[in-house]
Amino acid sequence: MKEVHHKGHGNEHHKGHGRTYKYGMVIDLDKCTGCGACMVACMAENNLPFRKDNTNDRLTQNFWMRVYKISNGRPFPDSEICYIPRPCQHCEGYDHHHHTPCVSVCPATATDYSHETGIVSQIYTRCFGCRYCMAACPYHVRVFNWWDPKWPKGMNKYLNPDVSVRMRGVVEKCSFCYHRLQRARNKAYVEGRREVHEDEYQTACTQACPAGAVTFGDLINPKHKVYKLKDSPYAFRLLEKLGTNPKVYYVSTKDWVRKAGKVFLGNEGRG
Amino acid sequence: MSTTEEKEQTAGEQGGEHGPEEATHEPVKPGAWRFLIPIVAFGAGFVSLLVLGWVIFPHLLYGEKQQPVDFSHVVHQEAVDEGCESCHFFREDGSFSGIPKLENCVQCHEEPMGESSEEAKFIAEYVEPGKEIPWHVYARQPQCAFFSHAAHVKMAELECAKCHGPVGDSDHARPYQYNRLTKYSRDIWGWNIAGFKKKTADRMKMDDCAECHEESKGHKDACFVCHK
Repeated sequence: MKEVHHKGHGNEHHKGHGRTYKYGMVIDLDKCTGCGACMVACMAENNLPFRKDNTNDRLTQNFWMRVYKISNGRPFPDSEICYIPRPCQHCEGYDHHHHTPCVSVCPATATDYSHETGIVSQIYTRCFGCRYCMAACPYHVRVFNWWDPKWPKGMNKYLNPDVSVRMRGVVEKCSFCYHRLQRARNKAYVEGRREVHEDEYQTACTQACPAGAVTFGDLINPKHKVYKLKDSPYAFRLLEKLGTNPKVYYVSTKDWVRKAGKVFLGNEGRG
Repeated sequence: MSTTEEKEQTAGEQGGEHGPEEATHEPVKPGAWRFLIPIVAFGAGFVSLLVLGWVIFPHLLYGEKQQPVDFSHVVHQEAVDEGCESCHFFREDGSFSGIPKLENCVQCHEEPMGESSEEAKFIAEYVEPGKEIPWHVYARQPQCAFFSHAAHVKMAELECAKCHGPVGDSDHARPYQYNRLTKYSRDIWGWNIAGFKKKTADRMKMDDCAECHEESKGHKDACFVCHK
């Protein structure tokens, strides 16, 4: 399996068939209002079941996209809050040593890192629910299905046919709406193109965000918006020091937010 | 008397008379054929179990259904201009239409076009009441699999027959067989009960997809290429 990963990888950008992409996201935390539209859009798009009691209970409620709220902990009038939408970070690891935390621990090869798209997959039919990946993921992205999915009567007709419904006993997570890439590719192929335009492949949360805080695209394509946004001096990634090399960037002009996101201890932080 | 006892007795008799027999070259005594009994019994059991496994078991495992209408691809191939894509076409959004809906059939078949009894049945049962034909799909994959016809037919320019076999040359709809346990079409596992295949179209399992991807692209591809 490992050799396979090495093949077809390298500086093949702009080489036609073997071209590689790094799909990623830049989330502007200054724009995020914490409305939760991304979470709702994600659940509708990816067939996530919901329950009457939607409290913060990991036994009964799964989210792929989750909005966290943090505060600077100071008393009024200095108190500030910040919402952090957190999809799967699609960690690449450095130097391609396959240090995507969840991928390296999976005993069933139910998840892999695609060097073509940079997307970490999750194959529900292959997963047997050991939950090693959940323990390994530093972002708490992965969630376990404790129950079979249930929808209110008639609502199963509204399910997205492009996304598998998950059964009890398997782990699931955000896929960067990979089925949307497949759909966009189908259209491109029929039109005789190999390349998918930036606006043809956008995740559900990106399109749903009313504040325009979420930007999605190919991080190594200079024509895409995320290419420049990720290089902002205010950009950071969650728990960067772990070396997971995630593909979700956050932008905040607030110093305390950047520090909180990086979680450096003492003098570890370098800016 | 049980077979084992018989065998022992036979062996004992033979052992006792072995020496003189060889020395005098007397003819074999009647009853010496009894040592054949366990061999024959084993052979009969072996053969009957082989028959059970190779002939009867497939019938237990696979159910068979006839297609609702005996469709002739040969007749239709002659009548259309664009080959397979005349009926199995791509939509503008890149998705593949698969098996045509009734509205496609009705474009030509509002009235009977020939004198075949199957066509008359098709018009009376489906066209007139406006009912979709409940075709059994030979190539239906499990729901966790994603297959892009656009990628294979438009980009890689594969022939339909590479995976589907020479369906276009069939004059009758062959029976549809399905696995009674999984409900998947037998075409996925392949018609050979041992799972052997000679041609690319003989089997449609994940290994068969991966085999071709490895040949053409040098690697098996990431999971999400074919899974959803």
